[in-house]
Amino acid sequence: MLADKDRIFTNIYGAKDWGLQGALKRGSWDGTKTILEAGRDWIVDQMKASGLRGRGGAGFSTGLKWSFMPKVNDGRPHYLVINADESEPGTCKDREILRHDPHHLVEGALIASFAMGAHVAYIYVRGEFIREREHLQAAIDQAYEARLIGKNNVHGWDMDIYVAHGAGAYICGEETALLESLEGKKGQPRLKPPFPANVGLYGCPTTVNNVESIAVAPTILRRGAAWFSSIGRPNNVGTKLFGISGHVNTPCIVEEAMGIPFRELIEKHGGGVRGGWDNLLAIIPGGASCPIIPAKDCEELIMDFDGTRAVKSSFGTAGVLVMDKSTDVIRAIARISAFFKHESCGQCTPCREGTGWMWRVLDRMARGEAEKREIDMLLQVTTQIEGHTICALGDAAAWPVQGLIRHFRPLIEERIDLYSANPKPIEREMMEAAE
Amino acid sequence: MAKIIVDGIEVDVPPDYTLLQAAEAAGAEVPRFCFHERLSIAGNCRMCLVEVKGGPPKPQASCAMSVRDLRPGPNGEPPVMFTKSPMVKKAREGVMEFLLINHPLDCPICDQGGECDLQDQAMAYGVDKNRFAENKRAVEDKYIGPLVKTSMNRCIHCTRCVRFTTEVAGISEMGLIGRGEDAEITTYLEKALSSELQGNVIDLCPVGALTSKPYAFHARPWELVKTEAIDVMDAVGSNIRVDVRGREVMRILPRLNEAVNEEWISDKSRFVWDGLRTQRLDRPYLRVGGKLRPASWGEAFAAIAGKVKATTGARIGAIGGDLASVEDLFALKQLLVSLGSGNFDIRQDGAALDPSKGRASYVFNPTIAGIEQADLILIVGSNPRREASVLNARIRKRWRAGGVRIGVIGEQADLTYPYEYLGAGSDTLGEIAAGRLAFGEALAKAKRPIVIVGQGALAGAAGAGVLATAAAIATAEGRDEGWNGLAVLHMAASRVGGLDVGFVPAAGGLDAAGMVKAAGAGELDLLFLLGADEIDTEALGAAFVVYIGTHGDNGAHRADVILPAAAYTEKSGTYVNTEGRVQLSNRASFPPGDAREDWAILRALSDVVGHRLPYDSLGELRRALYAAYPHLQMIDHVEPAGLGDVAALASSAGGLASTAFRNPIADFYLTNPIARASAVMAECSALAAGLVAAAAE
Repeated sequence: MLADKDRIFTNIYGAKDWGLQGALKRGSWDGTKTILEAGRDWIVDQMKASGLRGRGGAGFSTGLKWSFMPKVNDGRPHYLVINADESEPGTCKDREILRHDPHHLVEGALIASFAMGAHVAYIYVRGEFIREREHLQAAIDQAYEARLIGKNNVHGWDMDIYVAHGAGAYICGEETALLESLEGKKGQPRLKPPFPANVGLYGCPTTVNNVESIAVAPTILRRGAAWFSSIGRPNNVGTKLFGISGHVNTPCIVEEAMGIPFRELIEKHGGGVRGGWDNLLAIIPGGASCPIIPAKDCEELIMDFDGTRAVKSSFGTAGVLVMDKSTDVIRAIARISAFFKHESCGQCTPCREGTGWMWRVLDRMARGEAEKREIDMLLQVTTQIEGHTICALGDAAAWPVQGLIRHFRPLIEERIDLYSANPKPIEREMMEAAE
Repeated sequence: MAKIIVDGIEVDVPPDYTLLQAAEAAGAEVPRFCFHERLSIAGNCRMCLVEVKGGPPKPQASCAMSVRDLRPGPNGEPPVMFTKSPMVKKAREGVMEFLLINHPLDCPICDQGGECDLQDQAMAYGVDKNRFAENKRAVEDKYIGPLVKTSMNRCIHCTRCVRFTTEVAGISEMGLIGRGEDAEITTYLEKALSSELQGNVIDLCPVGALTSKPYAFHARPWELVKTEAIDVMDAVGSNIRVDVRGREVMRILPRLNEAVNEEWISDKSRFVWDGLRTQRLDRPYLRVGGKLRPASWGEAFAAIAGKVKATTGARIGAIGGDLASVEDLFALKQLLVSLGSGNFDIRQDGAALDPSKGRASYVFNPTIAGIEQADLILIVGSNPRREASVLNARIRKRWRAGGVRIGVIGEQADLTYPYEYLGAGSDTLGEIAAGRLAFGEALAKAKRPIVIVGQGALAGAAGAGVLATAAAIATAEGRDEGWNGLAVLHMAASRVGGLDVGFVPAAGGLDAAGMVKAAGAGELDLLFLLGADEIDTEALGAAFVVYIGTHGDNGAHRADVILPAAAYTEKSGTYVNTEGRVQLSNRASFPPGDAREDWAILRALSDVVGHRLPYDSLGELRRALYAAYPHLQMIDHVEPAGLGDVAALASSAGGLASTAFRNPIADFYLTNPIARASAVMAECSALAAGLVAAAAE
């Protein structure tokens, strides 16, 4: 278990003052100037050495990403864009940072901007985050007032932060769709290459980072890369905000060391599975797009990138959805499928047409109103979507379905048998009401 | 150059080539829906997926990835790409299945049937089974104007139409609203498109979602006989294909010609065909007792011969219309000359163009394709959007490429691209020519400027002065070697051809306005109108008017004898476009009833009046024509006009009468007799007029 002294987000529960004074007391903005004085290359090297992997889900090395920004300015401005469009079902870690510890983010934005030669940072906040945006804006205003950021600030690196408020589309959390949305266009992902580091916001070099990746940077640089990389196991280091939701006794957000065993995470922080460990049916480890992991694999599950990969799932954003045995898992995945169908931007064919198809088949399967051969067909449809789309939403929509079929095929077949034995229209539960 | 191996064939292509282009260079076919050479890359249909080595390990959209994005092999081998591998085949089948699950199976009643990309590619790359058991999506059809019919169930969201209207046509009126499955292409609030190029979305649509409304359910593509022809609705000389069933023109489509119209045509060119069926003159008429009555060819010719005998050559005249072919004008001129007349004119609007000043003084010297090399464009007294829509798209293309300054003198209109509005008339032109104003300074420094002179500037009293001033600007010091920036933009398909064959008054002859005046004053006894309807036919007094034409329009109403002739789709003819490009149009169908080809009418008439023209066939006529004007046999060729002529013209620059330039086209959709007979054009015209009224509110 992570020691209190190693926590980065010391006000994640909002018990203390989230404003500048409180943040200063907790160590934010301490020695920021010294960090900047150490130079751009030092910062990038430290970030690389710290082993921090992007906290947005894909787990790409943050230091490496920063290093992709052109070293020599060709006349175009550089931009830092911070992705606070946290919309994945099951994920709500950035929200806590925005409303309870925003100065971590503001300070991180300054350091990251300096490290990539950017004088402007945009923070794209999810449309539904109203209070969060207000806190963030207030924190930015405080920082401006204290001349921590802005023109001619005490740190000697001119830097402006603008908060952009989204309109609530999940796809705008995809980095290039986010850039389109920031530019005032319809949020549809761009084709890659070119990558944002070359041609990003307004055609200028841009780095898009997750809120958490940026917010942990100041502490890493203050306490040293070695400290951060000493936590967790190789390739999966540092601390991480875990979100625990679903059928646990005390759902919460908690900062923990990477590589914590799943069971320990749930029992220490989540108060255990509702009805005891044996009542566990399955989990989704990192937000709705990650494949489901059945209870038998949860026993030894290590919560980090490689641990979840070992059980053919992914770490995602570490927003764990716990499902106990009262869950209708087919219905649950059908609901996730409905989410992705609803949030598909409609730009490219496989995702636009495929997400709706998957949802409709799953919706019938949840009632048993399907043929057994359709299970294989559905699996095949997911592979026709996965990897064939412009952005990763196609993959994200396909994985939960693949996970379901991989682990719960007998259950689907049983449901189909049940229905064929007595094929009467099953009263559909009002899914809408549950939303 | 970069090497790439496509299906085992190594090709050397420029590194900025897309994989799709590289595949084509290697002879491999890659299916596609959203990709179009002339539009931006969307990469959204996913049909062109290919497998690459040296790139990410999943299928890649070949339209969106360039060769330089691929890494070479470990020992420097060229990157490898497969277009026929099992992975590619599977990917295509998958995408095709997705495209088809919500696409209706209404091919038997779909107008796109037989020429549908989706149909063809489903046959080539799809599977023959359907696994989709759910209900298909239903999308409401949208109203987007009288020309384009929508059937939105069929839409596959390739966004070609959106990209075309935004990028080429320059109107941001189409878009994709909603998202995911519910995404719909619409004009939003079902507003009619306002572009003169909107018909091109019909050709661009790879499925039957956007089809031609006037053509709806009229014919199947395999029933049609296709003939390559030249458009005469404006002076661009767009290359068209006329599709005919039986003897009726069923539709008109563009042909590819990079130098002229690329692959676009204006709506007037595309949808005018219903005007070829109505109001047609299908037999000769004779005015008896103040009323026109049907007559035989013999009666009609006899009446004309009687008038010819009763008068002298100097009291005979002829005015050439806007749609006449070079052959018609050549024959008519020879007839007039043989009758001893010097009164003939092709310039109905009285534009100050004079072939004696050299060919360079009346053509679009920089050529249409040359617009893309211009570094500055000055538009004088012209609204190219209405006068030559396709050419306007080329100016817009140049503007999109960046680095060009565009100025307008004349009427301030929406040209689909931003420009600097300099002034309304010749005074401003004088200022600019003198290098004053910011634009004038830029113009003085420009290397490859184009001065587009419209008929609106040439028709007025200041016409000759304007042309000379424009020539002076074009030939000013410091221009690139050999660059000829004097660009006369014509509106009439016959104009340049007519000027080429000298269809302008001989020494002492009357010009068009002079003939009208003389006729009104009783000084002209016999007037031939070769499809000339744009003059004041009410002012012709007691002159005996012979109208040779196709439609019962202004000229026919005034005529004393009507000789029914062939429309442009019904005859083989030579047309010279505004840049001086000679193009040969083929006959697609036959003239209706007793109507005959114009040259044949003139040949027969010449016999009756006793001055037989020396040719018995179109071939012989052309031999005579080519002997007299050798450059007209260079089909699809622009004879570079001499810079010397422009310089000489420039040196004549003197007084510039003060006048405001007037836009000669009041109604884009009703500029000639065929268009005025078209119900579709009438509807467009009414709609456009309504739009203007709405804007004024």
